[in-house]
Amino acid sequence: MIVPAKTYFKVWGALLVLLLITIGAAFLDLGPFNLPFALLIAFTKAALIVLIFMHIKGSNPLLHLAAGAGLLWLAIMLVLTMNDYLTRNNITWLPK
Amino acid sequence: MSRSPLVAEQFEELEQQHLADQFGMWIFLATEVMFFGGLFTCYTVYRFLSPEVFAHASHHLGLVLGGINTGVLLCSSLTMALALRSIQLGRRGATIWLLLATCIFGIAFLGIKGYEYHEKYVEHLIPGSRFHYDGPSPNRAQMFFWLYFAMTGLHGLHVLIGVCVLSTVAILVARRRIRQENYMAVEVAGLYWHFVDIVWVFLYPLLYLAGARG
Amino acid sequence: MSKTESYLDESSLQSWLLTTDHKRIGLLYLFTILVFFFIAAVAALLMRLNLLSPHGWIVNADTYNKLFTLHGVLMVWFFLIPSIPAVLGNFVLPLMLGARDVAFPRLNLMSWYIFISGGLLALWALIHGGVDTGWTFYTPYSSTYSNTHVITMAMGVFIAGFSSIITGLNFIVTIHKLRAPGLTWTRLPLFVWSMYATSLILVLATPVLAITLGLISLERFWGVGVFDPRLGGDPVLFQHLFWFYSHPAVYIMILPGMGVISELIPCFSRKQIFGYKWVAASSLAIAILGFVVWGHHMFVASQSVYAGIVFSFLSFLVSVPSGIKVFNWTATLRKGSITFETPMLYALGFIGLFTVGGLTGLFLAALAADVHLTDTYFVIAHFHYIMVGGMVMGFMGGLHYWWPKISGRMYPEFAGKMAAIITYVGFNLAFFPQFILGFMGMPRRYHDYPPEFQWLNVLSTAGVSILGVGYLLPLLYFLWSTKWGERASANPWRATGLEWQAASPPPKHNFPVVPRVTKPPYTYQAEQDQFTPQSELAHV
Repeated sequence: MIVPAKTYFKVWGALLVLLLITIGAAFLDLGPFNLPFALLIAFTKAALIVLIFMHIKGSNPLLHLAAGAGLLWLAIMLVLTMNDYLTRNNITWLPK
Repeated sequence: MSRSPLVAEQFEELEQQHLADQFGMWIFLATEVMFFGGLFTCYTVYRFLSPEVFAHASHHLGLVLGGINTGVLLCSSLTMALALRSIQLGRRGATIWLLLATCIFGIAFLGIKGYEYHEKYVEHLIPGSRFHYDGPSPNRAQMFFWLYFAMTGLHGLHVLIGVCVLSTVAILVARRRIRQENYMAVEVAGLYWHFVDIVWVFLYPLLYLAGARG
Repeated sequence: MSKTESYLDESSLQSWLLTTDHKRIGLLYLFTILVFFFIAAVAALLMRLNLLSPHGWIVNADTYNKLFTLHGVLMVWFFLIPSIPAVLGNFVLPLMLGARDVAFPRLNLMSWYIFISGGLLALWALIHGGVDTGWTFYTPYSSTYSNTHVITMAMGVFIAGFSSIITGLNFIVTIHKLRAPGLTWTRLPLFVWSMYATSLILVLATPVLAITLGLISLERFWGVGVFDPRLGGDPVLFQHLFWFYSHPAVYIMILPGMGVISELIPCFSRKQIFGYKWVAASSLAIAILGFVVWGHHMFVASQSVYAGIVFSFLSFLVSVPSGIKVFNWTATLRKGSITFETPMLYALGFIGLFTVGGLTGLFLAALAADVHLTDTYFVIAHFHYIMVGGMVMGFMGGLHYWWPKISGRMYPEFAGKMAAIITYVGFNLAFFPQFILGFMGMPRRYHDYPPEFQWLNVLSTAGVSILGVGYLLPLLYFLWSTKWGERASANPWRATGLEWQAASPPPKHNFPVVPRVTKPPYTYQAEQDQFTPQSELAHV
C-alpha cells in the first residue's frame, strides 16, 4: 500500500496544529477538564499516526487485532487497579 | 514451483512473509504498550492520590522546550513515513536521506532532553539525597519527578535504540541489501519509530501539562 | 526408498548451538530446564528435610528463606513457564500445523540464548548468597530492606522474560500464518488452541513483570522509588503490578498441560473429543479471564473491600472454563475404548489432581475463607496440585507421547507405567497433608512450626522422597532409550495429528511435501479400531 506524499504532509500539518492547540489550552483554566482535554487531543494525534503513518487504515484486519489488543489490555490494567484506589477509605498512610 | 529467493524457507510466498513480519512487529508493539503501561499505571495512581501536587510540580518542567521536542518527534514521523514511501517506489537516495533526517530529529530530541535533565540537576529536582523542592508536599513532588525521569528515561532509551536501528537500516539500503523488492525491514522499523512517537505524544500532556499554566 | 535423514543426524557442536531448527531448539530448552529443575528440586528437598523436625534442625531461618525463594524463582520462571511451550510447543507445533518451522526461526534461537543469559544471572545471584524475598519480591522488603542480591536475581528474571515474550510472539504468528492448506481454525488440534491461548498471556502479561522488576531494581539502586513509603508510595501498588502478570502466569503454567491432555484422552480412548469447540473456546476464556482476577492474591493486603468483592466474583467465573474442560475430557472417556499406556496414566492422573487443585482454588477465591487460609500451607497445596499434579504430569505425559517422534525410539513401557504410578502416589502423599496443615493454621515460608504439626510434615516429606524417585526414573530410561530403546514407527500410537505423518524422528524440514488437510482432528472410531489421519501424505 503506497500512500500519497500529500496525505502524509496533511497529517503532519494536522498533528502540529493539534500540538499548538494542546499548548494553548494549557494556558486556559478549564478546571478539572484540563487533563481530559489534553488527553483527548493526544488520543486524536495517536489515532492519526496509527491510521495513516502506520498504515492501519486499509491494512489486513489481523494487524488491527494486535493494535487493539495492546490498548484493551492496558485499559484492563488501569481500570482494575484504579478500582482499588478509587474505593479505598481512610488512607491513613498518605503524608500531608 | 518458482520461489522468490527473498522468501524464507518456512514461508510459501512473499506476501505471506510480509504479513507475518508486520503482524510480528505489531504484536511486539502491543508488548511495548504493556511495558510502558506499568509506568502509566503508577502515574495514574499517584496523580489520583495527589492531583494538586502533581499539577504544581509539573510547572517546573519547561512547557515550551517540551513542546518543541514534541514537534521534533512529529516531524521525525513524517520523514519516516516518507522514507518508507521512497523505498516502496524504489528511490534509494531519497530513502537514505529521509532515514538520516529521522535519525537527526531523534538525536535532536535526545539533545533537548539531555539539556532538560541538566536543568533539573541544577535545580536540585533529581530524586535522591540532593532533592530540594520549594512547595507543598515535597515527598509527593519527589514522586512526580521520579516518574518524570523514569518515564522519559525509558522513552529516551527507546529513541536511542530507534536511532541505532534506523541508521543500520539506512546503511543496508545504501548497500542495496534492502531494496524495493524486500522493503519490509523499513516498514517494520518505521512502525517501531512511530510507536515511540506516540508514547511521547502521551507523555507530554501527562508530565508537562499536568496543571494549567494560566 | 530413499534414505531417511533425521534432524538429529548432524552432530557438530556448531550445528546445535547455531541451529534454527525448531526441533533442536526444543531439545536445547529441554536440557536447560532440566538443570534448573534439578537445582530447584534440591532446594525443595532441603526444605522438606528441615521440616521433618519442628525446630528447624538443618537450616536457620535466613537460609530457609533463601531456599524457598530459590525454589520458587527457578521452578516458576526457569522450569514451568518454558516447560511445555518451549520444549514440546517448539518441537510439536510446526509439525502439527504441517509447517517447515516457526515463523521466525532465528528469533527462536535468540530466545534460547536470552533464556540462558537470564538463567546465568539467576545462578550468579544464587552462588553469591541467594535472595530471601520469596519469589514474589514484595516491597518494601525487596526494594529497600533486604540485604541479598535482589537486583541480580530480578534482572535474571527480567531477561528470561524476554525469551517468553519472543516464544509467544513466534507461536501466535506461526499459528495464524503457517497452517497447512485445509487446516482451518476449527480443524486445529486442541494443543494448538492451548498454545495460542498461552502465547496471548506470554505476550501481554510478561512485559508488566519486566517493568515491575525494573522498578524495584531502580528503587534499590537509586534509594528512592514509586513503592517507597517515605515518599508516600504504596507498597501495595507493587502487588497490583506484580500479580497483574503473575496471575496470568499461573495460567501459562496450566494451559499447555491442558492442551496435552486434550491430545492424549481422545487418542487413548480411541474416541472423538467431546465438545471440541467448547474445549477450544475455554482455552481462550481462561487466558482472557485470567487477566482480571489478580486481586485475589491481595485480599488481606489492604486492597479495598469493594475491589476484593469484584476480584472474588471474577475468580469464581474463571473456574467455569476449567470445569468445562474436565467435564469434556470425562465425557470423552465415557464409552471409549480405553488403554493404559504411560501417557494415558499421566493424563488420567492430571484430571484427578487438577480437579482437586482447581476446586481448592474456589475455597481461596471466597473472601471470608481466604482470610483464614491465605499464607498457609493450604495455598501451597492448592498450587502444587495444579502446577505439579497438573502441569508437570501433563509435561511428562506429553514427553512420553511425543518421545518416539522426538528421538525415533520407544521408552520402556513397563518402567514408564511404574514411574507414573510412583509419581502419583508420591505426589499425593507429599501434598495432601499440606491441605490439612494449612487448614489447621500452619503458615507458609516458616522454617519451624508448632510440634502438633509434625506428623503431617513427616508424611509430606516422605511423599516428596517417593516423588523424587518418580522423576528420576524417566530421566534414566529416556536416556537409556536413545541407545537401546525399540525403534519407533512414524505413528506408534495410531493418532490422527499431522505430526504423526512425519517420520520418527522427522527430517530437518519436517515434510517433504506440504500436507493438505481434509479432516478434523481426533476422528478415532473405537468399534472398527480405525482412525482417520488429518491428511493423507504420499509416503517418502
